[in-house]
Amino acid sequence: MKKRISLFSYYRWLVLFGAAGLCLLPMWATVIGGFKTTGDLRTNAFGLPRQWIGDNYASILFGARFWQMLWNSMVIALFTVFFTLVVSSMAAFALAHLRFAGKKWIANYLTLGLTFPFATAILPVFLRVRDLGLLDSYWAVILPQVTFNLSFSIVLLRGFFAELPKELFEAAFMDGCSYTKIFWRITLPLSRPIIATVGVLALVGSWNNFLLPLVMIDSDQIYPWPLGIMQYQGQYGTDWGRVLAFVSLTMTPAIFFYLLAQKHIIAGLTSGAVKG
Amino acid sequence: MIWKRIQGLSYSSNLTALIIFLPPALLLFTMFVILPVGEASFYSFFNWNGYGSPQKWINLDNFVRVLSDPVFGHSLFNNLLVVLVSLCIQIPLALWMALLISDRARSSVIFRAIFFVPYILAEVVAGLIWRYMYDGDYGVVAVIYSWFGQQAPHVLARPGLATAALLVVVVWKYFGFHMALFIAGRQNVPSDVIESARIDGGSRWQITRHIVLPMMRPTIILSVFFSILGSLHLFDLVFVLTGGGPLNTSQSVVSYLYTFGIQRMRVGFGSAVGVILFIICVLVMVFYKRIFMRETEATSS
Repeated sequence: MKKRISLFSYYRWLVLFGAAGLCLLPMWATVIGGFKTTGDLRTNAFGLPRQWIGDNYASILFGARFWQMLWNSMVIALFTVFFTLVVSSMAAFALAHLRFAGKKWIANYLTLGLTFPFATAILPVFLRVRDLGLLDSYWAVILPQVTFNLSFSIVLLRGFFAELPKELFEAAFMDGCSYTKIFWRITLPLSRPIIATVGVLALVGSWNNFLLPLVMIDSDQIYPWPLGIMQYQGQYGTDWGRVLAFVSLTMTPAIFFYLLAQKHIIAGLTSGAVKG
Repeated sequence: MIWKRIQGLSYSSNLTALIIFLPPALLLFTMFVILPVGEASFYSFFNWNGYGSPQKWINLDNFVRVLSDPVFGHSLFNNLLVVLVSLCIQIPLALWMALLISDRARSSVIFRAIFFVPYILAEVVAGLIWRYMYDGDYGVVAVIYSWFGQQAPHVLARPGLATAALLVVVVWKYFGFHMALFIAGRQNVPSDVIESARIDGGSRWQITRHIVLPMMRPTIILSVFFSILGSLHLFDLVFVLTGGGPLNTSQSVVSYLYTFGIQRMRVGFGSAVGVILFIICVLVMVFYKRIFMRETEATSS
């Protein structure tokens, strides 16, 4: 019996380490590749650099372009998160706690966005943004992003709001609280976990979004980083040392953020999965 | 008397709250989601470049052109391929890993975090990393070939091979997501059931096969659903890795829409592709939910 258990644990460790290796190898090769000379990259993709080159990383970190891109992405992401949270939590509150005719109909209407990918409507959205005169601005990305976050966020928030204890609301009414006050003073403070989840999902989605800025933004001063990195890659082609350094530098904040917000990210995914 | 006052207050405040709370969402949603979908179906009947107003009504020509385009057929086929690979390789792999690390041991938590990392990377980053990996002159593939004294092919420049390379990246990038789902599903299986099976002398494999997997059925169904959905969204990776090439052999439906509709500002044509994609999505949602999801609801309640 004991032998069988240890055999299983050998097999388990072997499989896990193998899989983890395959998972991390490309990222390892990338980060380490940024420190290599071109010749080194040709012959020695996995190992440590024979000669450490700091220039690739330094030239990016001390250039203005990298920071400008990150700034653009951050502005877009923060506005997206803010408006997503405001608009969807208000709507979710109305759908969870207010009484009005056609509530079910409106709830269904607002969740229609879960049915299809954003790309299906991207041409008309592009034309609308153009006609509003917003093309090539932060808003051209923020507004559609917020809108396409709504369905999912409302489903998550509404589910959470509806399960808050009813007694609280009744007590608040007795004390003469209006709904708007209840929303601010009771619902929102009690819903921090779900707000964090929705916020984190919106943040990650916005930070990584590529198609929308690709269609909406032309001038490179306001490029968010996914566009900037593609431009950089186009410029330096197969000067892989530079490109890999750039990729590594954009990858690092994402991984740090993930390690910090891991709980919310995974909770968001699984709760979304259960409700979606 | 007091009760009436409370009701009155709650009624009027209900109305004000309603007027404040609901319109922003409704307005935005209508403007940027619902109307555009309607407009796309309208534009799809025109030959239009997006300037002025659409005037050249061409009936179903756009749809005929899309549906009879072999490149579109191939793109759709690639989307199916993604789902197939996900079903046959990615999901079993994710399930396997999930079952190995669903306990609360410290090492399991660390492995979970590692497997999930590719999923949180931006598609653009994943695409560029793998473009390097696949570069025949520099990357990891080149080095592996050189160990055997061979010259590596330019993987991404060969029809067929490029699509296969794309599929590898899809598995690498998204299996952690499915694993996270499975771990959540596995942790929902009550431990006393497993405990009692173990006391009855069930082997590890028997318990997995006859108790754990059947109880995880809803999660598996959900996971397949997400891989279908993900395949219908697939764009960034294709764009970064292959640009749909070589010879348009690695396009997905969305990258096809981008290449032939958006990039050339063929609003009518692109809208027709969008409408077809929309119809596919709705059909998939409705049928998949009808066939599988309802059943799971029935068994779980």
